[in-house]
Amino acid sequence: MKIHEFQAKDLLRAAGVPVLAGKVAKSPADAAAAYTALGTPICAVKAQIHAGGRGKGQVPGTGQRGVELARSAADAERIAKGLLNQTLVTIQTGPAGQTVRQVFVESGCAIDRELYCAILVDRAARSPVLIASTAGGMDIEEVAAKTPELILSEPFDPDRGLAGWQARLLASKLDLPTASWRHAEAFFTKLCQAFIDLDASLLEVNPLVLTKDGTLVALDAKMTFDDNALFRHKDVVALRDEAEEEPAEIRAAAAGLSYVKLDGTIGCLVNGAGLAMSTMDLVKLHGGQPANFLDVGGGADVKQVTEAFRIILSDQNVKAILVNIFGGIMRCTTIATALVEASKTVGFTVPLVVRLEGTEVAEGKKILAESGTAIITADGLTDAAQKVVAASKA
Amino acid sequence: MSILVNRDTRVICQGITGKVGEFHTRGCLDYGTRMVGGVTPGKGGETVAGLPVFNTVAEARDATGANATMIFVPPAFAADAILEAIGAGIELVVAITEGIPVLDMARVLPVLEDSASRLIGPNCPGVITPAECKIGIMPGYIHTPGHVGVMSRSGTLTYEAVWQLTQLGHGQSTCVGLGGDPLVGSSFIDILKLFQADPDTHAILMMGEIGGSAEEEAAEFVKHHVTKPVAAFIAGRTAPPGKRMGHAGAIISGGKGTAEAKLAALADAGIEIADSPADMGAALVRAVEKRCGGR
Repeated sequence: MKIHEFQAKDLLRAAGVPVLAGKVAKSPADAAAAYTALGTPICAVKAQIHAGGRGKGQVPGTGQRGVELARSAADAERIAKGLLNQTLVTIQTGPAGQTVRQVFVESGCAIDRELYCAILVDRAARSPVLIASTAGGMDIEEVAAKTPELILSEPFDPDRGLAGWQARLLASKLDLPTASWRHAEAFFTKLCQAFIDLDASLLEVNPLVLTKDGTLVALDAKMTFDDNALFRHKDVVALRDEAEEEPAEIRAAAAGLSYVKLDGTIGCLVNGAGLAMSTMDLVKLHGGQPANFLDVGGGADVKQVTEAFRIILSDQNVKAILVNIFGGIMRCTTIATALVEASKTVGFTVPLVVRLEGTEVAEGKKILAESGTAIITADGLTDAAQKVVAASKA
Repeated sequence: MSILVNRDTRVICQGITGKVGEFHTRGCLDYGTRMVGGVTPGKGGETVAGLPVFNTVAEARDATGANATMIFVPPAFAADAILEAIGAGIELVVAITEGIPVLDMARVLPVLEDSASRLIGPNCPGVITPAECKIGIMPGYIHTPGHVGVMSRSGTLTYEAVWQLTQLGHGQSTCVGLGGDPLVGSSFIDILKLFQADPDTHAILMMGEIGGSAEEEAAEFVKHHVTKPVAAFIAGRTAPPGKRMGHAGAIISGGKGTAEAKLAALADAGIEIADSPADMGAALVRAVEKRCGGR
């Protein structure tokens, strides 16, 4: 689960990590009032969307940047007007962009140096790791690719947190003035503690700023949370902004399905994440484009599978559907019954190719045959892919 | 011979009194697994599927001589269940549970490393040595005894691969589901070492997926330490970056974990690649034939 920058900063502030004062505005007038209330000569007005790359992002047509400095209340009002209810296109949003519904007006500070830091769970280290670099404000992926020696990393134990000496080691390697080391120690250890306490999966501060008076401040903050741990963080769940999420994905999540919308024309309904990904690959290999990733999971019932069909059919781009089930815990009879049910209640407006294998396959095929539902049956993966691609182009 | 489990493995189920735990305990019993008991705190003394239920893993181990456990405990308590099994000295811990918080696993792994236990999973279908022992949720009938070692990060994709092998007349020595989470107990390399050392395993089929670098590390290991023929498939070639494909681990981020990088590493190690998921069994056959032709 993702949250907005201003929400991440509220969480960091509560955890004792230094952030600048700021206010959220949903109208240009609010933005002007926020500038005045903050009382610093320079403020940043920042679009709040669940995607990065805002600084270089633009509103198509007007060229308004996703982040701009305001030197007066009128300035803040103008920038907010240029962003609110507009579509912002960044490197992470894709060409369709995302609508800006609120802006964050934040105090300025005197910047000496811009750094980078992030915390994530590193599979190779098998633990959380704090990553830092002197290359702040830049595209860190580019830094990692071209100059990996500029990326520092310190793994830490979730129970013990980051040790003081690890923070000082980073401060030293980042070439921070010794007078700032105690600030760095507090900043890094508290940041790591916030990551642990909130069950984050990513906490990125880019840029992390060394101010002219020698302290460290999180000038930006991006947080993503471990969905599996949300059950113990009701306060974090309350920060969810569904307007930022794909409606069909929200609907699928509510039904216990794992769904990701894509741009193609062939709807896919599969059990198991690995097989679902492979089915997408297979469709593409045979000249088609998958419209979605959909894993109905192992224990789905007729109701869930029917909802899965509804979600796929609600996508206007879908020209044909491929059902690929390898029954394990999931029984082929469950899928077959749901399919018949869905054909009655939802109605299939596009061709349906079905490939069943595994637990109760014979009984499942019998249910389909006896129902008289118009389906194209397939034997094996290749046959299924060829048939669905042909059907989508017919 | 086989790896990890055989007809002598004595298995308990943690979470046996739950609906799913009981269902799959029965499934394993039907397959012929030597299930010897179960554990649910507070339900000691009960009987499920004809098996005695204990309050703790230590009691179950002492009473039954169990050396393996299958965990179906709900995600919020599963890490603790794994730690309990390790603490009781259970040799093989197979965690089926899906949805364990990743930091819970980060707390489990250092304890695991300091122990003699081996962990498979979590979020995996389990382990099976055909006709001898099934610990997990895979449909038993698709497997057949033989000499191909199978390992994978995903469940149903493994079934697909095993089914293809069986239809091509290639049985399996042992099939291992490693799990789809970012942090799991055993890696491809851990299992490769076992397959390489197992005289009954003649060839290896592995199914990886996008995300992380486990496949690249496995390829490097195969290049230097595995003499048996290996074939591989990578799921998620067409997955867009930044989107999580069901498994918590299956995400391309920061230009890392792409299928292209993995396929290149595998090919560089001389591993036979299956281009299509329909081609996994056939790729294994090609890998074996190439090796035999070379000799």
